[in-house]
Amino acid sequence: MSEVNDVTKDALKKINVKEYGNLVKEMKPKRALIPDLIWAFVIGGLICLVAQFIQNQFIINGVSILDARASTAIIMIFLAALATGLGIYDILGERAGAGTIVPITGFANVIVASAMEFKKEGYVFGVGAKIFNVAGPTLVFGIVTAMLIGLIKFFLIS
Amino acid sequence: MGPLLNAFLTGGGLCLIGQLIINLTDAKVTPSHILVGYITTGAILSGLGLYQPLVDFGGAGATIPLSGFGHLLAQGSLKAVETSGLLGAIKGGVEAGAAGITAAIVFGYLAAVIFNPRG
Repeated sequence: MSEVNDVTKDALKKINVKEYGNLVKEMKPKRALIPDLIWAFVIGGLICLVAQFIQNQFIINGVSILDARASTAIIMIFLAALATGLGIYDILGERAGAGTIVPITGFANVIVASAMEFKKEGYVFGVGAKIFNVAGPTLVFGIVTAMLIGLIKFFLIS
Repeated sequence: MGPLLNAFLTGGGLCLIGQLIINLTDAKVTPSHILVGYITTGAILSGLGLYQPLVDFGGAGATIPLSGFGHLLAQGSLKAVETSGLLGAIKGGVEAGAAGITAAIVFGYLAAVIFNPRG
């Protein structure tokens, strides 16, 4: 028994970092590209189709396009937060990949998922802080980029 | 039927690009990377005037993906510069995205308090 262990230990020692990386790559289940792309396209497309339908209802009722877009985003975020809480969104996400990440529903999904995960750490430093664990960087980069674009326009005009 | 189909095609296409990035890059691409990449790229394309045509064609298919949120922030910043100058660049982005940001925080917090993680 100990002999076997020694042999295993020696073998393990010989595997350097690069080999380990290759090993991980080999062992990782390879996902077929085409089905992944089709799932992402169809589910992502359907989420946007639902959003377009909701937005149309606002516009039919005389809401301005900008307000209709904002209201639609709010409804989609609400639906995604609910679906994440119920565990439905993540089941869909396992198959749809980027189809459930790229839409604003994916943004709501990561907010709820990370906040929920750290609930045991309390409502302030758990939920309150971790709510932006994953979504925080998104807002940081979005807000900074938008400001830079505004600054470029300001200094180019004046 | 036209706007719905256009939204499906545009939104689907944007998600397909994200899936290509996930599948074809060796590095581990997390949802965080995808979201950051989309919002930043959307804002930059918007600043260059290249995102608006996509919105005109795809409607919600272009505004619901995170790149559309970047477009919203960038346009907010650009429009506010016209009325408030330098101050506009600082306040315009968040002002335009306020509804989405507030909804995400409020519904996100509520959902996390009400529901418990599975598994």
